[in-house]
Amino acid sequence: MASAKKYWKGFGDLTSEPDSEAIKTREFPTAIPIDPFLNGDGKAYGAQASRRDFLKWTGFSTAAAALAACEGPVVNAIPYVVKPDELNPGVADYYASTVYDGHDFSSVLVKTREGRPIKLQPNTSSGHYAYPNTRVQASLLSLYDIDGLKEPLIAGRAATWAQVDKRVRRDLDAATAAGQKIVLLTAPVISPTFSLLWKQFKQKYPSAEWVAYNPVSNNGAVAAYQAVYGHTALPGYDFTKADVVVSVAADFLGDWFGGDHSRDYALRRNPNQAMSRHFQLESNLSLTGANADYRIPIKPSEQAQAVAQIYRAIVLGQQTRDPRIRAAIEALKKAGPAGLLVSGTNDGDVQLLVDAVNRKLPSRAYRPEAPVYLKAVTDDPVKGLISDMKDGRVGVLLSHRVNPVYNDPDSSAFVAALKNVKTFVSFDRKRDETASLAHVNAISHHPMERWGDANPKIGFYTLQQPTIRPLFQSRQMEDSLIAWMGGVLEGVDAALANDSMATYIPPVTECKLTFHDLLKKNWTENILKGDSTWFSALRAGYYERADALGPVSPTDVDLSSALTRAENRYAKTGKIELQLYSKIGMGAGAQADNPWLQEFPDPLTRATWDNYLTISKKQADELGLKNWRDSKGARNGDRVNLSVKGRTVKNVPVLITAGQAYGSVGLAFGYGREKVGKAAFIDGKPIGVNAFQLYVDRDAIQTEVQIEKADGVHGFALTQLYDTMMGRGESIVKETTAQIYNRGKSDKSRYNPSEKLLTIDGKQPVSKVDMWAARDRSLGPWFNLSIDLNACTGCGACVIACHAENNVPVVGRDEVRRFRDMHWLRIDRYYATDMSYERAESEGRSEGRAFFRALEQPEENPEVVFQPVMCQHCNHAPCETVCPVAATSHGIQGQNQMIYNRCVGTRYCANNCPYKVRRFNWFQYAENDAFDFHMNDDLGRMVLNPDVVVRSRGVMEKCSLCIQMTQAAILKAKREKRPLRDADLSTACATACATGALVFGDINDENSEVHQLHDAEKNKRKYYLLEAVGTQPNVFYNLKVRNKTE
Amino acid sequence: MREIYTAYCSRFAFVLLTFAMLSVQVLHAQGGADPAAGKKLFTANCASCHKLDRKLIGPPLRSIAQQRSREWLHKWIHNNAALRDSGDRDALAIFEEYNGQIMTAFPQLSDQQIDDIIAYTSQPAAQPAAVGAANATATSGTSVPNTGISATAFNLILLTITALLLLIVILLTKVLKMVYGMKYEGRLRELEKQKAARKRLDFVEFFEKYTPGFVFFGLLFFVVAMYGAWVYLIAIDVNTGYEPIQPIAFSHEIHAGENKIDCQYCHSSAKHSKTAGIPSANVCMNCHRYIAEGPKTGTREIAKIYKAVGWDPEEQAYIPNYKPKPIKWVKIHNLPDFVYFSHAQHVVVGQIACQTCHGPVETMDTVYQYSKLTMGWCIDCHRATAVQMKGNPYYEKIHEQLAAKYGVKKVTEAMMGGLECGRCHY
Repeated sequence: MASAKKYWKGFGDLTSEPDSEAIKTREFPTAIPIDPFLNGDGKAYGAQASRRDFLKWTGFSTAAAALAACEGPVVNAIPYVVKPDELNPGVADYYASTVYDGHDFSSVLVKTREGRPIKLQPNTSSGHYAYPNTRVQASLLSLYDIDGLKEPLIAGRAATWAQVDKRVRRDLDAATAAGQKIVLLTAPVISPTFSLLWKQFKQKYPSAEWVAYNPVSNNGAVAAYQAVYGHTALPGYDFTKADVVVSVAADFLGDWFGGDHSRDYALRRNPNQAMSRHFQLESNLSLTGANADYRIPIKPSEQAQAVAQIYRAIVLGQQTRDPRIRAAIEALKKAGPAGLLVSGTNDGDVQLLVDAVNRKLPSRAYRPEAPVYLKAVTDDPVKGLISDMKDGRVGVLLSHRVNPVYNDPDSSAFVAALKNVKTFVSFDRKRDETASLAHVNAISHHPMERWGDANPKIGFYTLQQPTIRPLFQSRQMEDSLIAWMGGVLEGVDAALANDSMATYIPPVTECKLTFHDLLKKNWTENILKGDSTWFSALRAGYYERADALGPVSPTDVDLSSALTRAENRYAKTGKIELQLYSKIGMGAGAQADNPWLQEFPDPLTRATWDNYLTISKKQADELGLKNWRDSKGARNGDRVNLSVKGRTVKNVPVLITAGQAYGSVGLAFGYGREKVGKAAFIDGKPIGVNAFQLYVDRDAIQTEVQIEKADGVHGFALTQLYDTMMGRGESIVKETTAQIYNRGKSDKSRYNPSEKLLTIDGKQPVSKVDMWAARDRSLGPWFNLSIDLNACTGCGACVIACHAENNVPVVGRDEVRRFRDMHWLRIDRYYATDMSYERAESEGRSEGRAFFRALEQPEENPEVVFQPVMCQHCNHAPCETVCPVAATSHGIQGQNQMIYNRCVGTRYCANNCPYKVRRFNWFQYAENDAFDFHMNDDLGRMVLNPDVVVRSRGVMEKCSLCIQMTQAAILKAKREKRPLRDADLSTACATACATGALVFGDINDENSEVHQLHDAEKNKRKYYLLEAVGTQPNVFYNLKVRNKTE
Repeated sequence: MREIYTAYCSRFAFVLLTFAMLSVQVLHAQGGADPAAGKKLFTANCASCHKLDRKLIGPPLRSIAQQRSREWLHKWIHNNAALRDSGDRDALAIFEEYNGQIMTAFPQLSDQQIDDIIAYTSQPAAQPAAVGAANATATSGTSVPNTGISATAFNLILLTITALLLLIVILLTKVLKMVYGMKYEGRLRELEKQKAARKRLDFVEFFEKYTPGFVFFGLLFFVVAMYGAWVYLIAIDVNTGYEPIQPIAFSHEIHAGENKIDCQYCHSSAKHSKTAGIPSANVCMNCHRYIAEGPKTGTREIAKIYKAVGWDPEEQAYIPNYKPKPIKWVKIHNLPDFVYFSHAQHVVVGQIACQTCHGPVETMDTVYQYSKLTMGWCIDCHRATAVQMKGNPYYEKIHEQLAAKYGVKKVTEAMMGGLECGRCHY
């Protein structure tokens, strides 16, 4: 039996507000702005502009256009004077490197064109951290950030590096002489070579101290690991070995402990192999919870108890009182070594219990012997720092990649204490809240401009190399330290140091030695140790070796008192509790001025350009808080003042979200930035509110919360309301359970019945009912894209990859609110519900609209499906037949082509598209001050892909299946005189997908992966979106299988 | 006193020089040396390291016979190492001066041949060639479209037309005079009266009488006008013949024509990339390190390359820490931004000669746009040109499929989908 669930897109559908029906029937929800041409009363006569005026202007503009078109401009071509050997203009080069900005880490391949990085791609050969998430991919934009500092400053005024060095060295010496501390405040630094450098810096300045902190704390887990294993680290996990995953508020598909679990997790979500079963207990509906088989909403304060109960059941063998988690515990018990418990609660005692449970199982997926160093810092040092600063014990404060003035919960105390620091040096290039207070801004390089290395987990080392010359007068932080040490590096021979690679980045100061020299020496001598060469490691971007902690001997810790403490941790529960979280698109807010990230729709709320209080429907009703549609169809919401322990954040918009545990509210970090680049502001006001102000004691769970309704209305910019699918849920998203799927593997009709149409000859399969001639796909390649709903976690890495590859413009909150967002690839999120006709009938709601309303009635805790939707490249494309100028047509490789220079902008195609994937350029988004994002300045435009046109106003655009990539692959094969191979072909989204949910290729090539998937005999999960429409798309989906019993 | 000494010295030097010249002349006469044969030998054997008037790898050789004796030169050329080993001071000195650069020995050259070479080097330097005035202002980027008609021809046509018009006017006046001069003046007046009375009806009558003619000529005029407008509009931004003045008067005629340098030696990215690429100045320097003088423009144009890269022709060395000065060429072949055209596709895969689209570049002193570069022009070629499938395994399967589908042997790009919009526009 196929699942009878119905899907709905949002609360607007449920409540069927008066406008929602009207919106469903329209192509674009807003009316076309013709007011200026009318006379107020809706009539065109008597309007101010007369017919004569009209003719005058028409005549003038025609003449002007004709004149302007006659004479072409003189175009210059300026070749290199000395062309680098490895570079051919027009051909992309790839460099393996690392992106780490203190928050997000990934090994990447940097795609460069004519010497400028234009895209960050996965370094797929790397075994770990190979797939950059949304934030890492978008971090490329900050390289071309026009708002950042461009030269070093002293007291806010431009200075030379010589002046900076003189000043800082004087102050460092003075602090040493006065016995004051020199403190380096950083985000977690995982560079082995930097640690080496720091030792030498300490020799020169013995009072130097290094303090690292995470804006979003991991303190509990690090402290627990420290207590048990004696190292400062986080335990490693191998999700491929877990048959049962029980997660208590651990968002391991998101930011939990630095991430990198998506791929492993997704490998075990293939229903054709042994599929893992995933239980998620959480308060906010997270990305991980949305992917779980069983999701159990609990209040934030119950998280610690839940872990305690699991501990009691597994380790102490006690009975479980709580029926909600009994199933999870039973599954974990049954799985034994194949089970895994993870927790996101930032509490040392809870994490100790988690460790004990996993050791008791003993879980194969839990690998404390393979620790992770990324983000493994405790909170203690930074707490001590503020009191040190306050008491004047700190002479010089150096800060790198941190922004305590924004993200420290006690930021006012930090600012006050800073007044007692004689010299504050900031290395950050962004003019942010903290850097703007610095006495000296010794700006450092962007990750794309610098040398560096990292050791995110044991035995895994990555290298960072410059892929562009520094754009501004910056100097990497390490080189500044070397300069202040007097330009001497112990153990590095200056004569050896001057090698050719170093000369690519000329040091700004006279000192000859750079961090690159130390890096090379450290790698050759201590990391590679002759097993590999420097250049081969540099080429790969990473190096892996069998490091081991040695035999892991856990120290006995007092678990019984830990249990007591954990159970009483949140003993004082509140009626409403607050769970703070980070969004996959914004993290801790270091990149709040990144327009790609601001416009990235949150996978769950589908909101852009905002943070908001997530609240359940029931709770909102109780508090009298509402969301509603405005007359143009956009979502509006009430605002509240949110108080925690005497601290208040005012005017927090409220967004009613399904799946939010009753009794809890959620708020995302990373918004409400006061000082940063222009994209973090709308009309001069910061976007969103600063959740760090409520991050009391660095605890994401706050139980003493007061909510009071505030004045005013907030307008949200949501991307998923305007394209409702007319209640045709079953042919949009298909899903089943593992039980049904496994039982009926041979008989597809039980879970994936093909759609039938009623004809004069009775019911016929859709493929038999066709008024069009079939496409001849026998010639050469025929491209298809397969999308696996089981593997897709909804993370959105593909969305940003699509932006970067295809020059998709950013339009801003106002335009998104008008449903004019430009994403070529959207990830629709559907909630499921169990409402059926029978149930509706029994409740007396089966008539007319009432039935539809009932059908879309939400559960408190709905199941979620993510569905990436881009142009489906239909073989019988409805858009192609209606275009009056043939601007969209079909190619012999299956792609539906969109020709911008031919398009006249009638928008018939968008009107006729059943999938609503076509995007119209309402304005010129490049070089337009009204859209002051990266495409409005020369620097920001350097990120554009030269192989794809920047579309102009008045044309339609859409996904091309990355035709520029397929054409390049074909040309490569032709030039190399060989047949096309499967590995040649990809699209930006498929390349970026960490979980392999998107597979692109040639279905005519029998050796290709997509050929196997396309074969309906072999792949029983295959289905087409809205198959009954008869469009015969070249994009197909694989239905979702949840590992559930019926 | 000093002045007198100087004057005396210079006079003495003059006398000496004259004497030396004479002796060389005598030498020629004696050996029957042939400077023309010497030039050939010089070009074949010496020119890679020596120039007549300038240092290259070795010293300049103009009038070398005045500095060294004939015997010394013969010995040096036949086997300079032996001469140095013999302890000859001049030989050692020159060896030192050129940083111990060992010169190739030429034992194969006969005495007569060496004399020929010496005779060639002893010819006085010619005056620099006159430089064409057209190249005098070679820096601006203004366009001079090639109209195809020279100015004199144009003037001639104008003159003829004027003369013809004049003739017609004279004839007409004569005819009119004849008509008015006729005797029917009274009748004429009457007619005029009648005419004035029917003034308005006249035209209607006339029109009615000649309606088919009016319609015919009207339609003809309309068609011609529309055709003219079509031709005019379609030619907008079609810059065939566009021949801008370049910052360096680079001659493809000399490089590709006379010297037969392969196009892809300089435009090397044509085989790798979508752009053919304008060679970077370091590619120029591969040859122009040794060739400082051109046959038409002398050193003036080549010096511009040196200025770009920072090469000192006197010292024969790159100037240290020189800030390179990029050359701002004027782009001739401009495709709109929304067209993706790949040179690699056409040159490597399609094996199309550069001249097919760029015309006889090897005969162009200054390059001009040869083809229309319009979409119709692209499409025409895609319809007609056979795809180069032989020996390219990429096409093996596709060729079979296509041949079966169309029942032909020749497969054009159009059959491969080469007329699809999305092939070039994305």
